[in-house]
This record gives sequence, structure tokens and C-alpha cells, in this order.
Amino acid sequence: MDNKDTGSCCQPDSKADTDQFIRMIDLNRNSHAPVIRETTSTISFRDRSDHFLARLGVNRMGHIVEPGIYRLGNPDADSPVFVSANYTLSFDALRSSLAGIDCYILVIDTKGINVWCAAGKGTFGTAEIVYRIRWSGLSDIIKHRNIILPQLSAPGVSAHEVRRLSGFNVEYGPVRARDLPEYLKTHTATPEMRRVRFTFRERLVLTPIELTHIVLPTLIAALILYLLAGPFAAFIAILIAFTGAVLFPVLYPFIPTQDFSTKGLILGAIVTIPFAATIAAGSELLLWERIVAVLTTFLLTASVTAYLALNFTGCTTHTSRTGVKKEIFRYVPLMALMAVTGMLLLIILGITRLMEVI
Amino acid sequence: MFDSYNENTLQYYPEKCINCLMCTQVCPHGVFTGGGEHVELKRPSSCMECGACAMNCPVQAIEVQSGVGCAWAMIRAALRGKDMDSADCCCNGDSC
Ligand code: SF4
Ligand code: SF4
Repeated sequence: MDNKDTGSCCQPDSKADTDQFIRMIDLNRNSHAPVIRETTSTISFRDRSDHFLARLGVNRMGHIVEPGIYRLGNPDADSPVFVSANYTLSFDALRSSLAGIDCYILVIDTKGINVWCAAGKGTFGTAEIVYRIRWSGLSDIIKHRNIILPQLSAPGVSAHEVRRLSGFNVEYGPVRARDLPEYLKTHTATPEMRRVRFTFRERLVLTPIELTHIVLPTLIAALILYLLAGPFAAFIAILIAFTGAVLFPVLYPFIPTQDFSTKGLILGAIVTIPFAATIAAGSELLLWERIVAVLTTFLLTASVTAYLALNFTGCTTHTSRTGVKKEIFRYVPLMALMAVTGMLLLIILGITRLMEVI
Repeated sequence: MFDSYNENTLQYYPEKCINCLMCTQVCPHGVFTGGGEHVELKRPSSCMECGACAMNCPVQAIEVQSGVGCAWAMIRAALRGKDMDSADCCCNGDSC
């Protein structure tokens, strides 16, 4: 079927297409459009505490906004329409950036997942948008045929397909919602607005969730090390966790290699230095024991930090799958070798100490 | 030192391009820039294989095997004997 853009003021001629499409993806056609809800651009204390919990990863699936059309300010039939994910952090970032702008927000169902991740999974995608446009009766609420999507939803959405299936024109707004007021003046984004940056602050915000991921394994490792080699070793385990979950995310852009694994190895080696010095200066151990202890500390710290560093690739916004896969094949065997050697040395050290005591 | 990120699966066929500039708008890493008759592949090694450009190119002038570059999910998939490319994951990143 030939579907030309019929211009923004005319009825799209792709209605039949949409019907067929909706039948094809088997959506419940009996569910009717919801009421238009009201929202504001104010972020309340309750919103803030919700954001805090969401960042900590508490109740991962509970930070959900009801899908549907929201009215911000006093919009009319010519007001802009913004599309948002139904994750509270995404929705709140959008509405708080739109202070003083009369508009509609169409919240689609991304299962409570943020724009970028939902686009990657395809839930913030062409099918969901076309469906929500129809379901919400958007074409009766506004006269124009334009919707503004966050740029980061583009991996999941095909703009020309949305237009073909719904008659609505997709416009990609800037990456960050806070650039929207500037963007709206001309409806063009500067190259800077189009670029993803992984800033110091954004990296810092990720650290609590990184920490909660590894609390349990760290405590177990610390306990085992405490029994094997005393409080000093247990402390090192906690330090490794802190290095991998907080220091690495914050500092990695300043480590001069490209690969995350090598960045991790370097950072791990650096944090080992004070411990190595302490051990080397300690007098209660024999010389060979000291050498083995320093080696063990280095091997374990560097390999575990490198592993945590490699795993951080999923949280960044610039690593390609091809590259990450290459890193895995290149460095994981090395990390495993280092870790196993380190563990063996540690056990040898623990046994000799035990023998001495006896 | 090795750089695992200097190669990727991004393919661009300039002869197909109709210069709609969509790819320059959706790419979060400035990989494409507007040129004369067609866009230019300016910084191919910055591509993170998100797939946005290929999804939004109306004439399939761009191809890329998109996927999430997440070591954790890929290692887990590999350990379970699954295809590493099937892995998908995401941290709680709230880039938007
Ligand atoms: S796949 Fe993503 S990062 Fe790569 S060129 Fe396309 S839009 Fe840019
Ligand atoms: S989206 Fe496709 S047709 Fe449009 S400028 Fe980019 S490569 Fe060319």
C-alpha cells in the first residue's frame, strides 16, 4: 500500500492499516480510552523519596506511572504532545522540565522501565506507540499530527513506520529532558543536545545500585578471608568491593586505557599499593610469606576489580556489544587465572600459618 | 594497549542515502554528520551499536547488529550455554 504523508492538517489515510496492525498484534480493542489525567511540573517530597528508592533499586517494579494522556498546564488542540515511558523517573524528568509549557504527555506502557532500556528491549517501540495513539484517541484531542519522543527512544522506534501506521509524525527531541524548553523554541536540537554524555554526576548516581548488587558476595568473601587470614584480609575484600562499585564508576574515564578490563586491572593494582607496603613492612611474617602475601593481595584485588569493571559496561552509554564481547574473550581467562592463583597462594599461606600456631 | 572498541558491525551504504538526516538526529554519539549529497560516516569507532540509525533510516542505507554491550548478561548467557548475543540487560540507568 502506498502511504504518503498527507500533511499535518488532513486525516491520515492509513486508518485501515492501523486497524489491521492492531488486529495483527492482537490488542484488546474493547478497552476504551482513559480519561485525561492532570499532572503538574512540581516534584513533591513524595516524588523525591520515590526517586531515591528507585535509584537504590528498592521495589524495582513499583515505580510505575499509569499509561494514558496527561494534561500539563492548559493545553489546547494545537499544543505539543510528548511521549514518555511509564517509569516515574522518566515521567518526572519530563514533566519537571516542562514547567510553564502547556502540553499533553502521552505515557506509554514500558513496564516501568526507563526510555533507553525500554527502547533497547523494544517495549518503547513502534507497536506500543501506534497502539497508544489509537487507544488514547489522541487524534480527537489535538489538531496537529506531531508527537515528540525522547531521542533515546530511537533504538526502539522507527519514525517512518509510526507515520505509516498512525499518520503521526515523530519528532525526536533532545537526549535530556531539561533541554526541552530550549529545543521547543526552534524544534531543532544542537549537536550537544543530541549527544549522550556520561557525566561525573550520572556515574555517581549509579554507585548505590552497584553497591547493593555486591553486598552479599562481599560479606561472604570477607567472612571467609577473616577465617583464613585474619581481619586484614577481610578488610581488603571490603575495599575491593568499594573500589569496583564506587571508585571505578567514578574514575574510569581518567584511566588511560580504552578497555574496561585493563582500566580495572590498573585501578586494582593501584589500590593494592598501600596494603602491599603495610604487609612488606610488617615484621611478624617471614620474608617469603610477605612476598606471597603481597602477591596474593595484588592478584585478588586486580582480578576482582577488573571483573567488576568489565561488568560495568552494561551501565555505560558507549560500549558496543562487539567490543564488550572482544573484551570478554580477551581478558576473562586472564582474570580467572589470576584469581585462582591468588586463592591457591592464600590457602598455602593460611595453612602454613596454622601449622606455625600448632 | 588493546582497544576492543575500534571495530563494530556498523555498515553504511552512502549510494542509498536520500539525505533525510534522520541518522544524524537519532545517533547519541555523533557518528554521522550532514555532508553534501549524503551524510558522512564521521566517527565510526564511537558507535555503540544501539541501532537507532538503522531503525530510523527510511531507505535501509545503514545496517548494524544492535544489542546491549553488557558483559554481565553476556557472561551469564555463555555460562548457561545460551547464545551470547541473545543477552539483554539493563542497569538502573536513568539517562532519560
Ligand atoms: S548504531 Fe547507534 S551509536 Fe551507532 S551509529 Fe547508529 S545511532 Fe549511532
Ligand atoms: S537516515 Fe538513511 S537516508 Fe536518512 S540521511 Fe541517514 S543514511 Fe541517509
